[in-house]
Amino acid sequence: MLLSVSNVTVQFGGVTAVADLSLQVDRGELIGIIGPNGAGKTTLMRVISGLVRPTSGSILLNGQDVTGWTIDRRVRSGLALAQQIVKPLATFTLAENVALACGSRRMGSPWQAMTTVNRNAELQRGRELLELVGIAAAADDYPSAVPLGHLKCLELARALALEPELILLDEPLAGLNQAEAAQMADRIASLVTESRSIILIEHNLREVIRICPKLFVQDQGRYLDFGVTEKVMANPKVRTAYLGEGAI
Amino acid sequence: MAYEVILLTTMAITVLFALSLNVITGFCGQVSLGHAAFYGIGAYVGAMLTKGGWPLLMALLPAAGVAGLIGFFVGLMSLRVRHDFLAITTMGIAFLFVGFVRKQEWLGGEIGISGIPAFGFGRIGLLVVALACAGLFAAVTIYLKRSWMGFGFDSIADDEDTARILGIDVPRFKLWAFVIGTAGAGVAGALYAHHVRYIGPDSFGFVESVTVLAMVIIGGIGSVWAVALAAAVLSVLPLWFQFIDDYKLLIYGLLVFAVMRFSPNGIAGALQSFRRRLR
Repeated sequence: MLLSVSNVTVQFGGVTAVADLSLQVDRGELIGIIGPNGAGKTTLMRVISGLVRPTSGSILLNGQDVTGWTIDRRVRSGLALAQQIVKPLATFTLAENVALACGSRRMGSPWQAMTTVNRNAELQRGRELLELVGIAAAADDYPSAVPLGHLKCLELARALALEPELILLDEPLAGLNQAEAAQMADRIASLVTESRSIILIEHNLREVIRICPKLFVQDQGRYLDFGVTEKVMANPKVRTAYLGEGAI
Repeated sequence: MAYEVILLTTMAITVLFALSLNVITGFCGQVSLGHAAFYGIGAYVGAMLTKGGWPLLMALLPAAGVAGLIGFFVGLMSLRVRHDFLAITTMGIAFLFVGFVRKQEWLGGEIGISGIPAFGFGRIGLLVVALACAGLFAAVTIYLKRSWMGFGFDSIADDEDTARILGIDVPRFKLWAFVIGTAGAGVAGALYAHHVRYIGPDSFGFVESVTVLAMVIIGGIGSVWAVALAAAVLSVLPLWFQFIDDYKLLIYGLLVFAVMRFSPNGIAGALQSFRRRLR
C-alpha cells in the first residue's frame, strides 16, 4: 500500500471540514476525488500533503506514519503536490523553478546544499520536464510572462521533478478551456506508471470520469462512495450529492 | 596617512557588518531590525577577551561563535514569525541587548568598556585584518549565493510556502542564514571594538540596526558587490562631511525612501535596468 489515510478528521474551530475519512491508494493507481463545493476535498489533500494537521486519524506513506511530518519531509519521502492556485517562484525562470525541484533531495541538508554548486544537470532535467509537459519554449521566461495554462503545466513539471511515488493534483484543470483541459487530462493520465500513483481532485467531472479508473466521493466532509468509476457514478447517493434531491 | 587608514578600516568593518546582514535579509528574505545586537555581542566578547590577555586574532573566533550561537537561538525563536512580525521580533532583540548590557556591571554597565588594547600590529595591521575579514566574508557569501544553499535561500525569500512544497527544509535554511549572518556581525563587532577602543551599549542600539539595514536596501537586497559598495560609501560619508554626520538619520532615511520609490532593488537593480536599456 502506497498511501493509507485512516479515520482522518479535521476540525477548524467548530466546523468539521473532514469527518472520519479513510482512503487507500496502491502503486500505479489514478484516483479521482470528487464532491460538490465544500465537500472537504482540498482539506483532505492538504492533510495528506502535510499542509494541515488532522485533528485525529493517521496518514501512512509507504507504511511509514507521516502524520506529524512537515510537508517538505513528506516531499523528500516521495510525495508531490500541485496546488489549485498556482504558486510559481516569481523571481525564477520556469526552468529554474523545475531545476530547484529536481535538486530538492539535496535540500534536506543545508550542509549538502552548501557544498554543491553545479546546477547544470538539474537545469537540463528541468528543460526536459518542461518539454514533457509541452512548454519547453517558455523555459527561460518568468512566470509573470506566461499564461495560466503554462503555469498549470509548470506545477505538473515541478511535481514530476521531485521524482514522487505519489502526486497530489488539486484542480489542475481549473481555468483551462475545454481543449486545454482535455489535453491536460490526457497528460495527467499518461504520467501514471507502475511505481507512480496520482490522486486528482477536480471539478471537471467529464475529464475525471474519462481518465480516472477509480473515484472517491465525499460530501460535506463525509465519505460517500469509493470504487470503480462506473459503479460510483451509478450510485444514487452520488448523483443526489451533485444534482440535489429529486434530480434522479 | 593615519586618517586614511582609519577611514579604510571603518569602511572594511562596515562592509563586513552590512554583508552579514545581507545573508539574512538579502539572501534569505528575513528582515532583521536587531542586527546591531550581534555586532555588539561580538564587540563585547572581543573586548573582554583581549582585555583578558587574548590576542585579537584569536578573539575573533569566540566573537563569531558567541554571536552565531545567540543568533541561532534568536533564529529558532523567530521561525514561527514572518514579515512585519519578524521585524518587530528582531527589533525587540536590539532593545533587549542594550537593556541587558546597561545593567551588567561586569560589562561596564552604562559607561561601557574603555581601554580596549590596541591591535599588536598597529593601525595598519588592523586595517589589513579588517580588509581580509571583509574580503573573506564577501567571497564566502558569493560562493553561498552560487551554491544550492543560495538557490534555496532565493526560493525562501521568494515564497516560503512554495519552497516547502518543493522539499526545502525552510526552518533549517533560515537558521543557517541567521547563524552565518550573526557570526559575521560578531567578527565585525570585535574588529570595531579594537578600532575605536571604547564601546558602550548605545554604540549598538536600534539606530545602528536601522543604519545597516539602510545600507543593504540602498545597495540592493541580495547583491554582494552593491551592498559592499553602499556600505563602504555610506560608512565614510559622515566622516568626510560634517553635515552628513549631523543629519545622518535624515539623509539615510531620504535615501531609503528614494530607493524604495524609484529603484526597489537598490543600486544593483538600477544598474541592471540601465544595462538592459543599453542593449
